Amino acid sequence: MTLTEDEMTQAAPDATKEIGKDRRRKEDQRLITGRTRWTDNITLPGMLHLAMVRSPFAHATITNIDKSAAEASPNVVRVITGADVAEEQGGLPNAWPITPDQVTPNHPPIAVDRVVFAGEIVAVIVARTPAEARDAAELVDIDYDELPAALDLKEAAEDKVLAHPDLGTNKSAFWKFDSAEAGTGGNVDEAIAKARGDGIVIEREYRQQRLIPAFMEPRSTVVDPTGEQITMWSATQIPHILKFLLAAVTGVSESKIRVIAPDVGGGFGGKLQTTPEEFITFLVARKLGKPVKYTETRSESLMAAHHGRDQWQKLTLAAEKDGTVTGFKVELLADLGSHVSLVGGGVPVLGAFMFNSIYKFPAYQFSVQTVLTNKTWTDAYRGAGRPEATYAIERIMDELAAEVGVDPLVIREQNWITHEEFPFTSVAGLEYDSGNYEAATARAKELFGYDELRAEQKRRRESGDQVQLGIGVSTFTEMCGLAPSRVLGSLDYGAGGWEHASVRMLPTGKVEVLTGTSAHGQGHETAFSQIVADRLGVAFEDVEVLHGDTMVSHKGLDTYGSRSLVVGGEAIVKAADKVIEKAKPIAAHLLEASVDDIEFEAGRFSVKGTDQGLAMAEIALATFAAHNLPDGVEPSLDSDATFDPVNFNYPHGTHLCAMEVDTETGQVKMRKYAACDDIGNIINPLIVSGQVHGGLVQGIAQALWEEAVHDDAGTLVTGSFVDYLLPTSADTISFDLDHTTSPSTTNTLGTKGVGEAGTIASTPAVVNAVVDAVRHLGVNDVRMPCTPERVWKAINDARGGAQAETVGAAAPHFDESTGMDGTVDRTTGGTDS
Amino acid sequence: MIPAQFDYLAPTTVEEALAALGQHGDDAKILAGGQSLLPVLRMRLNAPEVVIDLGRIESLRGIRDDGDAIVIGAMTQHSVVEHDPLVAEHAALISKAVEHLADHQIRHRGTFGGALAHADPAGDLGAPALALGAQFVIQGPGGSRTVAADDFFVDLFETAIGEDEILTEVRVPKHTGWGACYEKFVRVAHQWPIVAVAATVRVEGGTIAEAKIGLTNMGSTPLRARAVESALVGQPATEDAVRAAAAQAADGTNPPSDLNGEAAYRKHLATVLVRRAVLNASGA
Ligand SMILES: Cc1cc2nc3c(=O)[nH]c(=O)nc-3n(C[C@H](O)[C@H](O)[C@H](O)COP(=O)(O)OP(=O)(O)OC[C@H]3O[C@@H](n4cnc5c(N)ncnc54)[C@H](O)[C@@H]3O)c2cc1C
Repeated sequence: MTLTEDEMTQAAPDATKEIGKDRRRKEDQRLITGRTRWTDNITLPGMLHLAMVRSPFAHATITNIDKSAAEASPNVVRVITGADVAEEQGGLPNAWPITPDQVTPNHPPIAVDRVVFAGEIVAVIVARTPAEARDAAELVDIDYDELPAALDLKEAAEDKVLAHPDLGTNKSAFWKFDSAEAGTGGNVDEAIAKARGDGIVIEREYRQQRLIPAFMEPRSTVVDPTGEQITMWSATQIPHILKFLLAAVTGVSESKIRVIAPDVGGGFGGKLQTTPEEFITFLVARKLGKPVKYTETRSESLMAAHHGRDQWQKLTLAAEKDGTVTGFKVELLADLGSHVSLVGGGVPVLGAFMFNSIYKFPAYQFSVQTVLTNKTWTDAYRGAGRPEATYAIERIMDELAAEVGVDPLVIREQNWITHEEFPFTSVAGLEYDSGNYEAATARAKELFGYDELRAEQKRRRESGDQVQLGIGVSTFTEMCGLAPSRVLGSLDYGAGGWEHASVRMLPTGKVEVLTGTSAHGQGHETAFSQIVADRLGVAFEDVEVLHGDTMVSHKGLDTYGSRSLVVGGEAIVKAADKVIEKAKPIAAHLLEASVDDIEFEAGRFSVKGTDQGLAMAEIALATFAAHNLPDGVEPSLDSDATFDPVNFNYPHGTHLCAMEVDTETGQVKMRKYAACDDIGNIINPLIVSGQVHGGLVQGIAQALWEEAVHDDAGTLVTGSFVDYLLPTSADTISFDLDHTTSPSTTNTLGTKGVGEAGTIASTPAVVNAVVDAVRHLGVNDVRMPCTPERVWKAINDARGGAQAETVGAAAPHFDESTGMDGTVDRTTGGTDS
Repeated sequence: MIPAQFDYLAPTTVEEALAALGQHGDDAKILAGGQSLLPVLRMRLNAPEVVIDLGRIESLRGIRDDGDAIVIGAMTQHSVVEHDPLVAEHAALISKAVEHLADHQIRHRGTFGGALAHADPAGDLGAPALALGAQFVIQGPGGSRTVAADDFFVDLFETAIGEDEILTEVRVPKHTGWGACYEKFVRVAHQWPIVAVAATVRVEGGTIAEAKIGLTNMGSTPLRARAVESALVGQPATEDAVRAAAAQAADGTNPPSDLNGEAAYRKHLATVLVRRAVLNASGA
């Protein structure tokens, strides 16, 4: 992960300012040396441990549970089934019913009489040690009557087999946006009809495969019911939302619950959830009056933590003969899995405003049908809705370019919003505040060596080289910084999108910053310290950022949707400004000057036109002592602020990818990746690089490696990292990155989100490159992940020999010659998609 | 995950280990580097009552020169084999294969004997051992016996090692001066091979004098591509000649179909990879 020369030689930041400095993350010292506490490290006196018994079937009736052997197992305290707690366990919340008539199945933490996905919890063992709990879990004897399972998304949408027979349908909600109805554009069907007559119509169907967030730290929860408040530690992204929902679901007073997200090892949306495991741990701790811990295994995590993506995208693009787009129609099927989870139904809706991307389309229509199936439930995964949208539009823009016969960058430029047109109201009704697609594209082309690589591609095509070169383009934008509360309200989301912060001045001049965002790997402590250091003129080291504990930072809406800096950071700025305003009259009083004559700069309050002044630390101490304050002024500088953005912000960038394709084997290899992102002003370039590098690899992984696959019976075949292929640094190359800067106007820092940008942008760049490498052989699509076999088959099919696809487990490497069960049949076919 | 409970024994001699194995029979499992056994135990796919760790038996470690063969102790870690000059000189095919086996951490723990005893059809060491005609020294209650590579691999995860026996060392006939190449086809670097080809070739004046080729993951055991081997002998080490011979690479194979590819695709890969490996091994 090297920085490019350009990054290093970027205009030197003001050395007296913290903002813009490549600060190493202050949290890394404790994280890297392990001097921290993850939830699983927390041990409390008398603590009990849980193990979950999970359903091996995707859909079955539970006919009998014999727990006697488990109960008799050493040191087992209790064995709990769904029936035991049917009344009191409540149901998991859905915070975003996207339509008033959404079909939302009940979601009991422990299945009561029917299981609806393989991995669902059927019984819970409470024991004195984790090992004894695990041993007893093997002894619970459960009889199931298997039911037909709804597994394939398209078939499920036709209600052939019902995931929940009692509901009578698998169709959960149908949500639509139409530019003609909204008054933001024309009628898309008319545009398509016209283009069928005398223009171009491109119709494609793309698959967004199912993905698994696969955060580094498996989920873990500890609940201590022995204090006045019930305390829950959880490896979560959302301690505040979790606290609120624990109260709402269980009826325990919100003021009697404290939630702590200690250091949390990644989430990628996968911990933007309230989980059965959290509710079960809470319930058991309350029932038994003892501290209780549950930590999932990696296999449980892959199977039962929520999955992401999983859509079919039907696209119709209408254009004039010269490639000017006249309309775009998007029809989605989205797989919810077994339940409508916390925001699962809303994920495709987050993409609804983004399929038109950076382009000026006169007409646009988006619709999604969300569908229940008997698979692990889906929800937010890095980018949530926007990677799906970006993939669709950027893939089909390449198809349009191929149809028109021009360079894919030319077709984009022909259709994009020009720099002079900002602020621009899109056909989906969003106001893009700033951007400069021309500048980012020019810089990316330069970094990439676009013309040279195109020339090499031509040579290889002409010589019929066995290794062909493809170039993929992705000019993405996204909406991030979730979110203006009013917009969320208009979309029927169950909460607002503001963020809260407090700044506390300590008597010694040190500063404590409380944020309602909840970092789980992002480096908030560092970036927020830089902001406050500049604002208050104190040393970076003197700022302490506190978060992730509802007793400390009592108010907040947590971390997801690239919101922490652009919403949470802005709240911090506002709170810091209030501190300064509160300090001014005190400074004036001590300096015996008028408030109007007090200036604040670089941490010092001074009297205009004199050399008299006091440092922030001196004011802090004087305020603490409170011996000599002006009349009517409270002895405190501490301030709160809550910021509700009026608009999203819109990072954008041009990503260029070169892929080599071995036409003999289908093997693909990345040759070059260059990107120029515009994320507005940058607080910490080093953190930004980390976010972009990690994001890119995650998006590249969707293009090339990752896919959650179920077999015919609904069992997750990719149930370990042997089969669910995560890349490592050995599989990536060094990226060439740079930035252009169009500051956002929706927050005073001028920043835009960067947490999801790389993931959103990179997937279509890679697939476009793979397709581009073999387009001249007759290929116009390769389904993700672009495995060597799929690429090889695409080439073969284009040459005329079609072959069927099969799905099965990879060789069971951990198989054994003796005492084996649970081996996976490698020969059965069947596919979930 | 947490394995089921087991007793742990750590003998310091092969005799002690054999005695423990004799005593516990079916209920015991040998532990070498643990890189395959521990996942099995942790996923509770197997629950032996006794685990016999060979880690303290010094005599099972190390690599020595024994005239016309080099001898690799069963408990020698992959990382030691990888960097051993004797192996590089006399059995380069093994050096090349082990270099791409899993990742650094696993190569530091996993052992040569453990990997071969495990007999994963996708394991990287079976095909080179087979191609080089390795001899497996197996010790039991009645003493030592030697099994030829052709007879060692019996089936998926099954070898000629009896329940009361331990693999102690592997004798690899010297192939000094032979060119070698291990072509491993994977999607991500740390993966088991989808297909791999182990080829070692002796070239005399531009002509292939001898060729030995092992195939990984093309059946339930490592396989020899004998038809290709004989077709190559006497051929010039040229693209065309090797391509023609390699066309028979998938003959008699029975590869699996799974997420990474159907059997037909694997057969295709075998022909491509055999060609590439042979050309590379012959320095062409
Ligand atoms: C993530 C991961 C990736 C891997 N990737 C690859 C790869 O790409 N290619 C590859 O080839 N391998 C791979 N491996 C497996 C690796 O090579 C292991 O080291 C090997 O399979 C087992 O060796 P071990 O020493 O760890 O044996 P153990 O796991 O300790 O034992 C394996 C089996 O052999 C038996 N056994 C061990 N030693 C003896 C003996 N001396 N006599 C009799 N029986 C014995 C044990 O009882 C057990 O059944 C991977 C492993 C992991 C965990």
